[in-house]
Amino acid sequence: MTAYLVRRFLLMILTLFGISVIIFVLLRIVPGNIVDILADAAGFVNPAEKARIEAELGLDKPIPVQYAKWIGGLTRGDLGFSYVSEKPALDEILPRIPITARLAAAALVFSILFGVPLGVISAVKQNTSLDYGLRVLSLTGLSMPAFWLGLLILMAFVSLTGTLPIYSAAPKSFIDSLIMYSVPAAAVGFRSSALIMRLTRSSMLEVLRQDFIRTARSKGASEKSVNYHHALRNAVLPVITIIGIEAAFLIGGLIVTETVFNIPGVARFLVEAIRWRDYPIVQNLVMFVALIVVVTNFLVDMAYTALDPRIRYSD
Amino acid sequence: MNKHTRIATRIALPAALLLAAFMSAGTAYAQKQGGVLKMYHRDSPASASIHEEATFSTVTPFMGIFNNLVMYKQDVAQNRMDTIVPDLATSWSWSPDNTKLTFKLREGIKWHDGKPFTAKDVKCTFDMVMDKSPTKFRKNPRKTWYDNVAEVSVNGDFEATFSLKRPQPAMLALLASGYTPVYPCHVSPADMRTKPTGTGPFKFVEFKTNESIKVTRNPDYWKKGRPYLEGIEYTIIPNRSTAILAFIAGKFDVTFPTEVSIPLLKDVKKQAPKAVCMVEPTNVSTNLIVNRDAPPFNNPEIRRAMALTLDRKAFVDILFEGQADIGGSMLPPPAGVWGMPAQMLATIPGYGTDKKKDRDEARSIMQKAGYGPAKRLSLKVSTRNIPIYRDPAVILIDQLKEIYIDGELDVVETANWFSKVARKDYTIGLNLTGSAVDDPDQNFYENYACGSERNYTNYCNRDLQKLFDQQSMESNFEARRKLVWEIDRKLQEDVARPIILHSRAGTCWQPQVKGMTIMINSSYNGYRYEDVWLDR
Repeated sequence: MTAYLVRRFLLMILTLFGISVIIFVLLRIVPGNIVDILADAAGFVNPAEKARIEAELGLDKPIPVQYAKWIGGLTRGDLGFSYVSEKPALDEILPRIPITARLAAAALVFSILFGVPLGVISAVKQNTSLDYGLRVLSLTGLSMPAFWLGLLILMAFVSLTGTLPIYSAAPKSFIDSLIMYSVPAAAVGFRSSALIMRLTRSSMLEVLRQDFIRTARSKGASEKSVNYHHALRNAVLPVITIIGIEAAFLIGGLIVTETVFNIPGVARFLVEAIRWRDYPIVQNLVMFVALIVVVTNFLVDMAYTALDPRIRYSD
Repeated sequence: MNKHTRIATRIALPAALLLAAFMSAGTAYAQKQGGVLKMYHRDSPASASIHEEATFSTVTPFMGIFNNLVMYKQDVAQNRMDTIVPDLATSWSWSPDNTKLTFKLREGIKWHDGKPFTAKDVKCTFDMVMDKSPTKFRKNPRKTWYDNVAEVSVNGDFEATFSLKRPQPAMLALLASGYTPVYPCHVSPADMRTKPTGTGPFKFVEFKTNESIKVTRNPDYWKKGRPYLEGIEYTIIPNRSTAILAFIAGKFDVTFPTEVSIPLLKDVKKQAPKAVCMVEPTNVSTNLIVNRDAPPFNNPEIRRAMALTLDRKAFVDILFEGQADIGGSMLPPPAGVWGMPAQMLATIPGYGTDKKKDRDEARSIMQKAGYGPAKRLSLKVSTRNIPIYRDPAVILIDQLKEIYIDGELDVVETANWFSKVARKDYTIGLNLTGSAVDDPDQNFYENYACGSERNYTNYCNRDLQKLFDQQSMESNFEARRKLVWEIDRKLQEDVARPIILHSRAGTCWQPQVKGMTIMINSSYNGYRYEDVWLDR
C-alpha cells in the first residue's frame, strides 16, 4: 500500500509538471499577449511602448527562462503579479477560491441529495410511471444548457418575487450564504444530479439482478435493507467516480453559472484572465484546478478501498 | 406713480423678493444629501487611470475622483464650446495671436491625500501626456491630442500656460473632456492605475477586479454642498441579461450609461414602467474600412462601388429598429454640432434614397472592372468577435452580394484585432470608431490624417490635410463649420472610411435618481455625478 501511495504521489507530481508545461506553452502560442490587448484598448500600437511594457512584464525573455522563473516562484509561494491589476496573483486568487468552493460544495450536495435517492427509486420502481417521470426529469437536466436554465430562474425570480438571487456582497452569516448560494447551486447541480441519477439507476439495476440480492431477499431482509444496504453499497462505486469527476469539474467549470449569477469566483475570473492574457493569473489558476482534479482522483481511488474491501492496492 | 401704486409697490416688491428668496432657498434645499448610488458596470476596466485607458469603462467610475482644468457643463446634454466651464481653473484667456492659453487656477484646493494642488500638477500631468516627462505612463493613448502643444509652463503656483505651435481654439474642447483630468505630481502612474488620488467630489475606496468599484463622498470638496451622494457603488456584471434583470428587480439605481440596447429597452419599459429611460446618440460610428493597398481595392472605382451599395437605412432598421443616425464622419445634427445637414448629406454618392439607382451604378462599375454574375469577387470581411461588430458585418456581407462580391465573415479575437488592422492584414473590415469629443480636431487628425496611428485605412490627402489645419485654426464658429462640412463631404466622396451609421443607445434609471444628464454627443464627458442626488 505504501509503495502504491508513493507511486501515486510521484505520478501526481509528474502530471502536474506536464500540465504546467502544457499550459505555459499553450498560453504563449495563442496569438496576442497582454501588451497587444492593452494596445488594442488604446486603439494603436507604438512599437517602442510595446517593447517597454514587454520588458517591464518580463515577456521579452526566452520562454524557458520565463517558465523557470514561474516554477521557481511557485516553489517559494510567489505566484507573481497580475498584469492587469498589478496586485500579487495570490491576493487576487485566494479570496475567490472560497466563493467557488462554497458554490461547488453546495451544488455537489444538491446533486447527491437528489441524484442518488431518485436514482435508487427509479431503479427499484423500474418501468413504472414514477420511473418514466424520473427518467424524463434526468434527461431534461442533462439536455438543458446551464446558462439558459440560470437565466430562466433569474427571470422567474424577477417576475414572481421582484427580487434577484445574484451575488452582490459577501454573505455575512451561514444563513446569508445559504440563501445566496442555494439558487445558483440548484441551477448548476441540476445537471449533475441528473447525471448521478441516471448512473445510480443503471448501476442499481445491474446490482439488483445479482444472486446475492436474491439471497438477501430469500433470507427475509426488508426491501429497504436490500435496496439501500445491500444493493446501493455495491452500486455506488461508479457513482463515487462520477461524483469525484463532477467535484473536480465544478471547481473550474462553473464559468456559466458564475457569469449568469454574477458570482466573483475563480471560474469567471479565469475566463477574464484568459481574455486579458494575464499569464500569472491563468497559469496559477489552471495549476490550482489541475491540483484539485488530481487530488480528487487520488481521493476517489482511496475511497474505493473503504467502500469495497475486496479492492486492495497491492505493493 | 400714484399713491396706490406706490403702496402696492412697497408691499409687492419686498413680498416678491421674499418669495424669490424662498423659492431659491427651496431650490437649493430641494436636493437631498446622502444615499449611495448603485450602478452596474458592464466590465472590469483594465485600470483606474483615465489617462492610460481609451474606454468609458474607465471614465465612468473614475471621472468623479478628478477635476479638469475646464469641463463641459454637466447639466447640459450637448457638449459645445459655449458649454465649457471652469473647473480647477477659475478662468482662461488667449494671447492676441491665439497661441497661448493661460489658466488662472483655484487656490486652497487639496488632493484627497491632503497635499495642496498647484500649477506644478498641471504641468506634470500634461508633460506626462505629451511624453515629455521622465515619469511614463504604461499606455498613452491620447498623446496625439497634444501634438500642437509646444510646452506647458507655470507662472507661480496658480497659473499655467499652454503654448501652442499654431492657433487651435479647440484645445479647450480637448481639455474639457472626461479624458483629461489633472493628476497629482506626487502619485506614481502605477498607483494611479490601482488607487487613484484626485481633487474631485468622490474619493477612491476600492477597485476589486471583476467584482466592484466603490467611491465615497469627498467631505472636503472645494465646491461647497457637493456632491449630494454619499458614495457610488459599481457592481461589475459582464452578463448583460443579468445586469438588466438586476436593474428591473431594483438592485441598481442606474444602468451602465448607454448600455441598454434598443431591443432590451422594450423589456425594461415593460417590466419596470416607472424607470426613466433615454435613448441618445453615443458618437460611435459603425464604418467600413478598406485596405487601399490590397488589389482590387487599390482601384478607387471599386471602393466607390462599395460605398454605393451600402444601404444605410437597412442597417439602421435591422440593428437599431430605426433608432440610429445616418451621417458623415462627424455626428449629424441635432445631437452633433459639426455634422453635415441632411440636405447636403443626401447629395453625396451612396447617401441618396434611390438605392436601386446607386446599386445599378455600382454594378456597372464592377462590370467595367471585370466582375459580374459569372465572375464574382471573393474576399474576407474581417471584424472583431463581439456582437456590435459582428452583426453589422453580416449585413454588410449581404449587401456586398448585390455587386458581385462574396464576402466571408472573418471574426478576429479582440486581442488580435488591432494588430491585424494595423499591419493591414485585411481586405475589408467592419469597424467601430468612438469620438470622445464632438470636435473635428479630435476626429480628423486621429482617423484621417496622413500617418496617424489610428488611420486604419492609410487614407492620405495632403490637400485635405491643409484644410484640417485651416479649420483647426479658425475661431469663427460658422466659418469653421462650413470648412468642416466641406472636409467631411470630401472624406465621404473619397471613400476614406465610409460611415454606415452613428449608433444610439439607452440609459435607464429609477425614479428616485435625480439630476442625471446623459450627454448626447459624447459618451466620455458626463460622469462627474456631483449634481446627482437620490430622492428616497
